Amino acid sequence: MAAAAVSPAPPKAVVRPPRERVSSWPLVDRLFYALCWISGLALCAIALWIVLYMLVKGVSYLKPSLLTSSPVSGSIQQTSNGGFLDPIEGTLLVTAVGTLIAAPLGVAIAVWLTEYARPSWLARAVDSAIEMLAGVPSIVLALFGLIFFSQGFLTFVSQGAASGALGQSFIAAGAVMALIALPLIVAATREGLEALPPRIREASFALGKTKATTSRYVLLPAIKPSIAAGVVLGMGRIIGDTAIITVLLGGSAQLTEPVGHTPVWGLLRGTGSTLTSYVYYNSPAGEGNAHEKAYAAAFVLLLMVLALNFLVTRLTVTGERGPAAASRLRMKLAESFAGRRWS
Amino acid sequence: MRGGVLQSLRSRRRNDGGRRSTPASGAAGDRRAELALGALGVLVLVLIGAMVVTVAIKAWPSFRYNGLGWFGPGAEVDTELRAMRESAPLKGHGLLYFTAWPLLWGTIVTTLAAVALALVVSTFAAIFLTEFAPPRMRRTLDPVIRLLAGVPSVIYGLIGILAIAPWVDQHLLSESRKKSVLYVVQLNGENLTTGTLILTVMILPIMVAITASALSSVPPAWREGSVALGVNRWRTIRRVSLRTVWPAVAAGTVLATARALGEAVMLAMVAGSTPFAANPLDGLTFLFEPVRPLAATIFQESEGLTIGPLSHTIYAMGAVLLLSAAMLSLAGWAVKQMLVRQGIRA
Repeated sequence: MAAAAVSPAPPKAVVRPPRERVSSWPLVDRLFYALCWISGLALCAIALWIVLYMLVKGVSYLKPSLLTSSPVSGSIQQTSNGGFLDPIEGTLLVTAVGTLIAAPLGVAIAVWLTEYARPSWLARAVDSAIEMLAGVPSIVLALFGLIFFSQGFLTFVSQGAASGALGQSFIAAGAVMALIALPLIVAATREGLEALPPRIREASFALGKTKATTSRYVLLPAIKPSIAAGVVLGMGRIIGDTAIITVLLGGSAQLTEPVGHTPVWGLLRGTGSTLTSYVYYNSPAGEGNAHEKAYAAAFVLLLMVLALNFLVTRLTVTGERGPAAASRLRMKLAESFAGRRWS
Repeated sequence: MRGGVLQSLRSRRRNDGGRRSTPASGAAGDRRAELALGALGVLVLVLIGAMVVTVAIKAWPSFRYNGLGWFGPGAEVDTELRAMRESAPLKGHGLLYFTAWPLLWGTIVTTLAAVALALVVSTFAAIFLTEFAPPRMRRTLDPVIRLLAGVPSVIYGLIGILAIAPWVDQHLLSESRKKSVLYVVQLNGENLTTGTLILTVMILPIMVAITASALSSVPPAWREGSVALGVNRWRTIRRVSLRTVWPAVAAGTVLATARALGEAVMLAMVAGSTPFAANPLDGLTFLFEPVRPLAATIFQESEGLTIGPLSHTIYAMGAVLLLSAAMLSLAGWAVKQMLVRQGIRA
């Protein structure tokens, strides 16, 4: 036996066991295997159906005139004439205001949380506050926003009312929208900052640069794609929200006359509608009965969301391939949906 | 002393030969930047604290008047709300009289049912995505999940109310079933089932994404060990992978619950928007009874926010939602601690 071990036998061809086949599994296991396939295919089918359904409805109801004409005056319920130019402008305005507030704020907080985080108890508190913010229903944020912007000293961002301020304006809506985009932007920026190899910071510190300079001129430029992905995700969240709009922007279809005399600021102080509230008020649920217009507006909304989606994919996929890259990407996506880190 | 240092720094900068140095150079600049950034963080902290306090203060009159009865059953919710709107109090009660049980029940049922359904489907879908799907399908599934997560809830609501509800009404609801409860509640396609199913689709993407990302980070050696022992792939997934990632699954569930709890627009559109406490004792009919969760009620009553008693009631509903969100946040934190203890960077 020992002799046999010493003199190696000529290598035999390796006999591989036959590849494992699903058909050889016990019945229960095959059942679960089938369930996995069914779930996966069902997800694809649902997504495909939604897109196709909206495409068919959108193409058949969307006319160019709808995009270029304003809603007729009076109520938001548009049964016969008038388009939805004003809601589109409203969506763009709210998104712009929200993003302009949320992006700098989010990036600043993320830098503070990853690079400074002193004192640590305060950093932990801010961190959990932002995590909680991600879980607060947007309708509750809207309720808070209404109280906040109804305070008399904030009349300058909306209009005067019987007591205090009206509390409804593009600025108010945009500012509260910034709160729902904030966790997404903070999460994406932190993710980017933490993924940077330490040598980049060390090199900058070794050149005598301070943390502030390093962050501003080295770190932030390096993670531009992450920040952009977070901002775009936040914009998607803002575009799709209805609850905040109905509470903080009121129910008039048209952009109202500018308040005061400052051109742009006056428009922002006014009220109006967005595509989401337009869709809601024209659906049977909103007592407007113009489902053709609701479909057309929803189609435009969906196109905007799809465009943003595409942008996020372009920003997150940086040419990497292979399972490891896919897994990393999936993790990033999971975190970005959640707006917070869960691991 | 400190001023002197600052002075010297400033003068040094001025003697820089006209070359503009970066705005935040020097230790003092760094300190200033740190303070400014920290102040922004504190600002958000203060805002959230202010939100909790203001909502609680505004809600307090409603809770004080009704006591624990706020959470119980009582007169019809819509009658109570109308009484507040018209400031004509119900007999024997004050203006603030409100009993929220049907709304709470609606929230609980829709949330739990949707999360339970989504938990099952998302686990299977995530396993499919990471283990069984052919590479080409895998490449399609990622954008599909992102798409489903990105569709605004008002579009889900629109499709629900114009396409799915009529279908349910025609094909799943028999005339005899409608007649059987006609004297209690009117049944149509906008009901618990329709709302819950669409809610499930809405929360699926988060759960699939989180579970799938955790599954793909299970150390390959663990699974290979199991496979080498002759265990088949499915059993390996169940016994090794799923057991490893369950805290991640739990984290995903917590997030999805928060999303389902706060969903207002879609449920206001397709769940029937009748504050009816669907009764499980009705058997199958239960599935077709209308509900209206808390968030949907706030959304629909938001025009009444200028009316004193009504606004207190609405803020009370908001306070309940806020408290639930905070509890969920806490639960998420607890799960995360478990993940950290397990040492899985999922």
